[in-house]
Amino acid sequence: MKRYDAIVIGAGHNGLTNAAYLARAGLDVLVVEKNDYIGGAAVTREMHEGWYYSSCSYVCSMMRQAIHRDLDLSRHGLLLVPYLGTVAFGDNGETLIDYPDEEASYLELKRHSPHDADAMSRFQADLGRYAQLIRKTLLRTPPDPASFRPRDIGELLWLAREFWKLGEQELYEYIRFFTMSAADFLEDYFENDLVKAAMASPGIIGTALGVESPGSAYILLHHVMGDVDGNVGAWGLARGGMGAISHAIASALREAGGELRTEAGVERILVKDGATVGVVLENGDELYSDIVVSNLDAKRTFTRLLAPQDLPPRILERARNFKIRGSSGKVNIALSGMPRFTGLPDNPYINRGGQGFVGSLETMERAYDAWKRGTWSEDPFIESVIPSAWDPTVAPAGKHWMSNFIQYCPPELADGPWTPEKRDAFGQTVVNKIERYAPGFKDLIVHMEVRTPHEIENEIGLTQGNIFQGELTIDQLLFNRPFPGYGQYRMPLKNFWMCGSSTHPGGGVSSACGANAAREILRDLKKPNIVPDDDCYDE
Amino acid sequence: MATTDPFAGERLKESPFHPRQAPMNLRDAWSSWNGFKFADYYYDTVYEYFCIRNFCGTYDICPMQKYLVTGADALAMLDRMVTRDLGKLKTDRVTYCCWCTDEGRMIDDGTIFRLDEDRFMLTCGSPCIAWLRKSMIGFDDVAVRDVTEETAGLSLQGPTACTVLKTLGLDGIETLKPFGIQRFPFHGDTLMVSRTGFTGGLGYELWIPAPLALTLWDALYEAGGDYGIHPYGEAATNMARLEAGFIMPYMEFSEALKTVNYQHDQSPFELGLDWLVDFRKPHFNGRAALLAERERGPRYRLTKLDIEGNKVAEDAILYNNRRCSRQVGYITSAMWSPAAKANIALAMIETRYLEGDIWAEIYYPKELRPIRKMARCTVRDKPFWSGPGARQTPPPAT
Ligand SMILES: Cc1cc2nc3c(=O)[nH]c(=O)nc-3n(C[C@H](O)[C@H](O)[C@H](O)COP(=O)(O)OP(=O)(O)OC[C@H]3O[C@@H](n4cnc5c(N)ncnc54)[C@H](O)[C@@H]3O)c2cc1C
Repeated sequence: MKRYDAIVIGAGHNGLTNAAYLARAGLDVLVVEKNDYIGGAAVTREMHEGWYYSSCSYVCSMMRQAIHRDLDLSRHGLLLVPYLGTVAFGDNGETLIDYPDEEASYLELKRHSPHDADAMSRFQADLGRYAQLIRKTLLRTPPDPASFRPRDIGELLWLAREFWKLGEQELYEYIRFFTMSAADFLEDYFENDLVKAAMASPGIIGTALGVESPGSAYILLHHVMGDVDGNVGAWGLARGGMGAISHAIASALREAGGELRTEAGVERILVKDGATVGVVLENGDELYSDIVVSNLDAKRTFTRLLAPQDLPPRILERARNFKIRGSSGKVNIALSGMPRFTGLPDNPYINRGGQGFVGSLETMERAYDAWKRGTWSEDPFIESVIPSAWDPTVAPAGKHWMSNFIQYCPPELADGPWTPEKRDAFGQTVVNKIERYAPGFKDLIVHMEVRTPHEIENEIGLTQGNIFQGELTIDQLLFNRPFPGYGQYRMPLKNFWMCGSSTHPGGGVSSACGANAAREILRDLKKPNIVPDDDCYDE
Repeated sequence: MATTDPFAGERLKESPFHPRQAPMNLRDAWSSWNGFKFADYYYDTVYEYFCIRNFCGTYDICPMQKYLVTGADALAMLDRMVTRDLGKLKTDRVTYCCWCTDEGRMIDDGTIFRLDEDRFMLTCGSPCIAWLRKSMIGFDDVAVRDVTEETAGLSLQGPTACTVLKTLGLDGIETLKPFGIQRFPFHGDTLMVSRTGFTGGLGYELWIPAPLALTLWDALYEAGGDYGIHPYGEAATNMARLEAGFIMPYMEFSEALKTVNYQHDQSPFELGLDWLVDFRKPHFNGRAALLAERERGPRYRLTKLDIEGNKVAEDAILYNNRRCSRQVGYITSAMWSPAAKANIALAMIETRYLEGDIWAEIYYPKELRPIRKMARCTVRDKPFWSGPGARQTPPPAT
């Protein structure tokens, strides 16, 4: 009976990254994926002939350059393309354009509020300072604050030093920032409601918090700390859709001799004498390995794949109470032409990039209220991108597709389970809202894929459809992720590890979780480290 | 009443494509090339760079020098001038080549198009009529004509380029092989297309009599509308060519005839152009000197470097260790490569130090403070980026 050195459960981009590094280190690695396609939430699927949707994640800026470079993902076919021109639309059709040119953007802000145009530089500087610090932690294993191992003490000191570098006043500010709401944070800077709404919107994407909820300021930071080629806060598209990222990593994995099996869902993780020894597939096959790595979220891993009797009760409790509330929907729409948005000039650099239907802080908070009541708002926040305007490979020539991310959409409805009818009604709400800003939009629709948390959970196994594999609040960040005391990828069973977004540094297409986990595993196996950090990258 | 422009003598010439390009140059970012007004970029360098890598873009090559070399001795004359063997160049094929002084130092590089048995077009970055005249000495039946201003050239580069030309109605363009030439009837004249370029990806160069330039432009932009066509300037070209590992005058080499300091020019060997030098040819300009250089080995080698970190090593000096004990070379061009996601550079490195460690001393500003950084360099032998299927015929469809 073949025995692998390692089995990685799940071919999400983090699972693939983890496996690629283990394979490069010489381990005999197998990745098992339940779907007949790979990538998890970093996936491209042809849902209508000639149209390729990034079904879940749609834009990229967190991808660690050091990993991209080290795994040579460009050679494996990956090209990340920045897009330009993001427009925020207010409740009454007002527009706020983010021009690529700084001066133009300043003048545009000034049109709304001279005060806010000036304040923007201070806002960007403050955010930049916070982001800089967080960015440095992304490719590092969080220290265990309760441990006395020299390595943990060293890492804690490093972290302390980085914090101290901020200066006394900023240190207070930073600590305050972690527990603030996005709305309160923005109150310090801006007066114009559209400016506030536009800046606040990253604070609610993917989270079960509202703009007014404490903690949403950090979510905001999480979404702007990335960069495209050093352009901090910018987002890019993967040529060929987000699945191109997963495919490039899979190609690096295969090149290193790793094995990848699709349609091989894991039913159960095999445990013997407190150690994982392999997996049982849904088809009954048993596969054995020295170590097992889970790319699934923490809740799913511990409550579905492991038997309660194999786990310490405390961990089971933590897993059951792991905060992973779903809150987002995704509507992918194939279009016969380019939508035209009211109030925007016929300027191709800015009218076909990203659209934020932000409305106002009030509208966003009302949408959150609806979610709390187990329904969706008729006026939800939508963040859209038109990838086909920036990538010739994802739609037929002259045709387009629009990616719409919706906040909020509940995982369970107050009036009973999700049905195809309710799903379509949700989709219709989204279309109606866009039609308001782009008259004639409905007539362009060729095909639509509506995804509520229900679909997201069932297709790629994100519990409740939570896009981050677990809420990004301070109680579940850094050394608290996924559980306090288990922030270093090693789980409370022998030979068992986690490598998905449920671990530090959390959700987003970054490859960081998978890479960090690989580094820890290799260290445990006393193998030389081959996983890069990004210490040589300077701000 | 005609007023004379007192500054006429200082104004730059405008390319035949200028009337279309000027309104698209939203940033008024102009520089110059051979006396022509020339776009540095139009809207945004990175945007234009990604048109080359992702869609397609046009680059105005009108200011490039073009010479028609004709006559029964044209082949023999050119073959004696350049280091490459032109005997192998078939009609309707293009070749990249360079030419040298008697001392084997490079004067310029360029491309030679064999338009017919006895008709060639030579293109190069700088004017070289004087050198061509010199090279003609001893050949009876050869004539050289500068056709720079009568021929408009437009480079169309990027993965959608072939599809755009097909949409333009150029039937069979997909069968054109790299370095091949095809001709198509165009508004009563001939549009010549060569599958050539300077970006490392799929691309073509379009050649048309200057009076038809705008007609071509309009037709091309009509055809390319759904394929992301956009003009790009010098800045994006420079990015693309560096990723492809191509050399640029005044970056990688200084033209031998214009260099003041002894051996501050370069030989083809130093520039890694060994493959352009064909010693099987009995005679060509600089042969003896180059043969001797091959024997002793070139002093420098142009080398591709992958530099750790993200700080661009522009103008950096290279050393053999972190402590800068000995200088081993210098950077000629450097950039952050968005396609390769790497900090790349071309560098002139003394051959004898190529095997050892190489460190770049980089200075970069951080909110007004200059920061010094020593970064380890790794030598690369392949281009930093090459377009998927760029050499395939037919090219991959996008
Ligand atoms: C709608 C949506 C939009 C998003 N937008 C963005 C965005 O624009 N930008 C961004 O950076 N991030 C975005 N994210 C977040 C980002 O996509 C995720 O955080 C990231 O892709 C997670 O990667 P992962 O490898 O950790 O896990 P996953 O992608 O969740 O991978 C887990 C894998 O395990 C497989 N699996 C599940 N159960 C089993 C089983 N029993 N046996 C075998 N295999 C199994 C799944 O099929 C999946 O392939 C978005 C997410 C969603 C859902």
